[in-house]
Amino acid sequence: MSNPQELRYSKEHEWLSGADDGVSTVGITEHAANALGDVVYVQLPEVGAAVTAGETCGELESTKSVSDLYSPVTGEISEINQDVVDDPALVNTAPFEGGWLFKVRVTDEPKDLLSAAEYTEYSGS
Amino acid sequence: MSSNASVEPRRTALDALHRSLGATMTDFAGWDMPLRYGSERDEHLAVRTRAGLFDLSHMGEITVSGPQAAALLDHALVGNIGGVKTGRARYTMICRADGGILDDLIVYRLADTEYMVVANASNAQVVLDALTERADGFDAEVRDDRDAYALLAIQGPESPGILKSLTDADLDGLKYYAGLPGTVAGVPALIARTGYTGEDGFELFVAPADAEKLWQALTDAGTAAGLAPCGLSCRDTLRLEAGMPLYGHELSTSLTPFDAGLGRVVKFEKEGDFVGREALSAAAARALENPPRVLVGLAAEGRRVPRAGYPVVAGGKVIGEVTSGAPSPTLGRPIAMAYVDAEHSAPGTAGVGVDIRGSHEPYEVVALPFYKRQK
Repeated sequence: MSNPQELRYSKEHEWLSGADDGVSTVGITEHAANALGDVVYVQLPEVGAAVTAGETCGELESTKSVSDLYSPVTGEISEINQDVVDDPALVNTAPFEGGWLFKVRVTDEPKDLLSAAEYTEYSGS
Repeated sequence: MSSNASVEPRRTALDALHRSLGATMTDFAGWDMPLRYGSERDEHLAVRTRAGLFDLSHMGEITVSGPQAAALLDHALVGNIGGVKTGRARYTMICRADGGILDDLIVYRLADTEYMVVANASNAQVVLDALTERADGFDAEVRDDRDAYALLAIQGPESPGILKSLTDADLDGLKYYAGLPGTVAGVPALIARTGYTGEDGFELFVAPADAEKLWQALTDAGTAAGLAPCGLSCRDTLRLEAGMPLYGHELSTSLTPFDAGLGRVVKFEKEGDFVGREALSAAAARALENPPRVLVGLAAEGRRVPRAGYPVVAGGKVIGEVTSGAPSPTLGRPIAMAYVDAEHSAPGTAGVGVDIRGSHEPYEVVALPFYKRQK
């Protein structure tokens, strides 16, 4: 697998796109999706909700476990991916594309987000 | 680091093969076992609709032999083991004197004076120790054969056809819960028509040195029929859908077989005394007159998944506890087994929910099993 060069990454295994008019897209990495196994339920924050970098904002359920979803940045949710709510398997089949989770209007971002190369080294894959 | 953490997990004879297939491995009862190879949902559906191949070499085989092998097992276990015909198998339990379940077992009668007891990996040592202790005074030998066998299972509707292409053994004559010695793909094997998936299928006990050859032969023979390698993750959802208990979840030393709704495995009518008889008689009466909690099925109305240990609630009060829960690939919604107070245990009981991390999600009480194959 390869982690797209143009994205940045958190140590909680979320990815963050570059800002388009102040709005970034967030998802979980393929490494995280593989570790979870088949995702069967996705609970996302509501549009308009405030999220804080490093704090939980939802949850992902897989066959074996439930995991917290963390926001990699601080801001306000501008859109959620209804397709992934309806078909959570998108997280497994297309984690960097159709399996994106939410868009956030970024007001602040932590300084320790990783580049693709750094994340690949951090996650080992 | 605790002393346990430094113990290397045991690896099966198929370990290198699992890794070459890209399996996600997991520690299970001290063994490094395949959890899944790809999507556990796909593996689950392969077993329900085609066939799946499992490595179950962590299971604990114990051979009991000698003139009084049957008498020993009738004394040590709750079932009527002397009544099992040669070539047949029986689901049974081993209990403590107080009636608490030490393990659930499958016992195969291999010959008039020879049985193979198959214990759960997590309990194999406990069962071995109990059988050895209970053998005192019987003319019978209890032998630890855990290292003597690898165990492969092929499960699913296509499994008889696949296995038939590799053996001359009379599979059509091999009934459910029967086992016979034979040869599969040139490998000597005990062929048993048993499993833990709710599907037709076979378990093949072979020498560890032959395991890889047999796995490859089954894979080659099964590819056209859609055989998939399957891990323990789908084995758990398959057995849950089939309403089969798992030790450590539905079964424990603090429960008797009657508490678990499995009182039928206790055979009071058999000859002679057996360990737990007195306590189990009392447990049988209690279960009839004043049952404590009852094991039920729960099916979700929503999509959040109940997990072992989550409280079952009704009217704002805790009325039970989930023992196993998972998204059901066959039903398309989350399911669980749970012990609940008897008054809430009837299928269709309204107002029951599961406390899923603080929010009460509605659940339907349903009869077990969730899934039964069409024969």
